[in-house]
Amino acid sequence: MFLFRVKRTVKLGIKSLWMHRMRSILTTLGIIFGVSSVIAMLAIGEGASKHAQEQIAKMGSQNIIIKSVKPPEDQEATGQQQSLLEYGLTYSDAERFRNSIPEVEVVVPNRILSKKVWYRNRRIDTTVIGTVPWYPELAPIELKMGRFISSVDTHYTQGICVVDEMVVDKLFVFDYPLGQDVKIGSDYYRVVGVVSPYESKSNGNNLNNGASSGQTQSQEGTNVGRIYIPLTTVRNRFGEISIQISGSSGANAERVELQEIIVKAGNIGKVLPTRDIIDTLLDRFHKKADYQITIPIALLKQAKESARIFSIVLGSIAAISLLVGGIGIMNIMLATVSERTREIGIRRALGAKKRDIMLQFLSETLLLTLIGGISGIILGVVMPLLVTHFANMPTVITVYSLVLAFGISATIGVMFGMYPAYRAANMDPIESLRHE
Amino acid sequence: MDKSEEAMQQVAENGKLNKDMPILSMKKLSKNYLLGEVEVHALREINLAIQEGEYIAIMGPSGSGKSTLLNMIGCLDHPSSGSYYLGGEDVSLLDDNRLSLIRGERIGFIFQSFNLINQLNVVENIEVSMYYQGIAERASFKRAKELAELVGLGERLHHRPFELSGGQQQRVAIARALANDPLIILADEPTGNLDSESGTDILVILDRLHKEGKTLISVTHDERIASHAERVIHLFDGKISKQEDQRV
Ligand SMILES: Nc1ncnc2c1ncn2[C@@H]1O[C@H](COP(=O)(O)OP(=O)(O)OP(=O)(O)O)[C@@H](O)[C@H]1O
Ligand SMILES: [Mg+2]
Repeated sequence: MFLFRVKRTVKLGIKSLWMHRMRSILTTLGIIFGVSSVIAMLAIGEGASKHAQEQIAKMGSQNIIIKSVKPPEDQEATGQQQSLLEYGLTYSDAERFRNSIPEVEVVVPNRILSKKVWYRNRRIDTTVIGTVPWYPELAPIELKMGRFISSVDTHYTQGICVVDEMVVDKLFVFDYPLGQDVKIGSDYYRVVGVVSPYESKSNGNNLNNGASSGQTQSQEGTNVGRIYIPLTTVRNRFGEISIQISGSSGANAERVELQEIIVKAGNIGKVLPTRDIIDTLLDRFHKKADYQITIPIALLKQAKESARIFSIVLGSIAAISLLVGGIGIMNIMLATVSERTREIGIRRALGAKKRDIMLQFLSETLLLTLIGGISGIILGVVMPLLVTHFANMPTVITVYSLVLAFGISATIGVMFGMYPAYRAANMDPIESLRHE
Repeated sequence: MDKSEEAMQQVAENGKLNKDMPILSMKKLSKNYLLGEVEVHALREINLAIQEGEYIAIMGPSGSGKSTLLNMIGCLDHPSSGSYYLGGEDVSLLDDNRLSLIRGERIGFIFQSFNLINQLNVVENIEVSMYYQGIAERASFKRAKELAELVGLGERLHHRPFELSGGQQQRVAIARALANDPLIILADEPTGNLDSESGTDILVILDRLHKEGKTLISVTHDERIASHAERVIHLFDGKISKQEDQRV
């Protein structure tokens, strides 16, 4: 009996919606766009947040990254023709971290240089990292071929190198990289291994900004890939002094021992205390503010927080558009009710109870929002896919966002359908029959 | 007049049905409308009793309260004062739900302007009142088809109202009024919007219904209806000014 009523009410609803196809479609558009934008925006937000978190996690959640930065007072002083500018992290800093902080598991000192590298007649600009054999323990790289730098290489300052796949692609093209010699500066280095790229190929995302090997970011910008060489070799062959030619003031020399020291704490809980100890240590031995400490887990927290705010903002905008859609539906339903006043009167005269009229109009609104909701979900699933495809932005569609969007649209259907239906049900039968 | 008074007394005294008991009776029934500050007395202390199977015409000048009386009989409205008994039940005491139920079960309406629902076809229009009585789809369709054939529209089952002539529309409305086999059929100027030929068709159908024993009450300006009716009730300024018994 109840089902029978529902079935006929729905049938009736579909019939009168079909009578005004155009109007029904236009009315549902509000809900369609509302629902799909809720889903799409949440998907984009979720995607961005997941991507950021992955990037940060890649840097190692147990890591503390300390970088050399040019101290502010010296930056101003570059105008002077003063000889040598010395700043930044030193080998003794690395030594001190290793010896005086018990929580520290791994310490990796790095020299980071921007160089041209030759292979046969091909040349690319690349980033040269002078590092230690245990660098892969805390860096997001994976060995693909051959081996990484060994302690023997370091001890004997061997002229070997490990290249990443981006370098392989650009420099060797079809040649087998292992055993080849590449020329950097005036020396040759033999390739002994290939590793995965430091960052995913698709985007050297700016989320990494200042977090990876930040100081050389600007130089690294146009560089392709990375070449890893034993730290001792780099120190021997390239020295520690770099000379910059700047327009008016002529040559400017800088001496930086290490561009970066990465420290890995024993576990995540020890990251913050270790950071504080490092800060204290550096503060004691450095007169100038020539270093900067970054911890990925702090970035992670930040990223999560900003992703949350992002989601709330996007979600609210979308929810408001749903609300507007709902008001649109209510508006149309009110118009429909007044347009069909006479029909209401006829039905009442023929025995319809208030409840019957109420149900009739409520079901029409619900049908509209339901149709809008379902179309909106379909569109909302397609839109993020298109965004990912064309804008190369990661998106993640969560079931939760589908349920949320659908729930909101159903709620809106009931909420905004209630009033017009109530109006219809409470019309005076005689008045309605006289209505023209 | 006396007869109805008597009948009323009977209802009041016995409180139960017998063979002579009227199908409906009104006692001192008044209806007032508030038009802003002004009170309009649409009906003033109407006393009326109608027996089962009667054919009644209500006549009177415009604004005399004919439609108001008919709506009152049809349970579309509550009286302002007085009592109205329909089949032994005091209608003035019933709530909206119960009134809707009575309308659906016991009353069949025929309107001057047909009042069919435009988005429904002939069969569906006839089915509307059965729908609200909860009659199953198949049974209601069957009955609607029979009724359409009865009023001569067996060939037009799936036409929509605007595809029919006025006379045909009114016949659909009559079929719809008959759907629930009501106690009383109420018609408000059923031929008012029709040419005389279609009007005659309607008259013939009404006569037939009367012969089958239906109670018919029709508001009309149409002398032909009045001449077919057994009793003519004249209204003037909300009061019954004259009743003519035309039975031979
Ligand atoms: N809803 C209402 N509000 C106010 N006054 C009303 C209302 N309905 C009817 N009236 C008044 O009650 C009186 C009787 O109206 P009613 O419609 O019954 O007249 P009628 O006899 O049917 O007239 P007609 O022949 O023109 O249809 C009129 O004066 C009318 O103005
Ligand atoms: Mg009237």
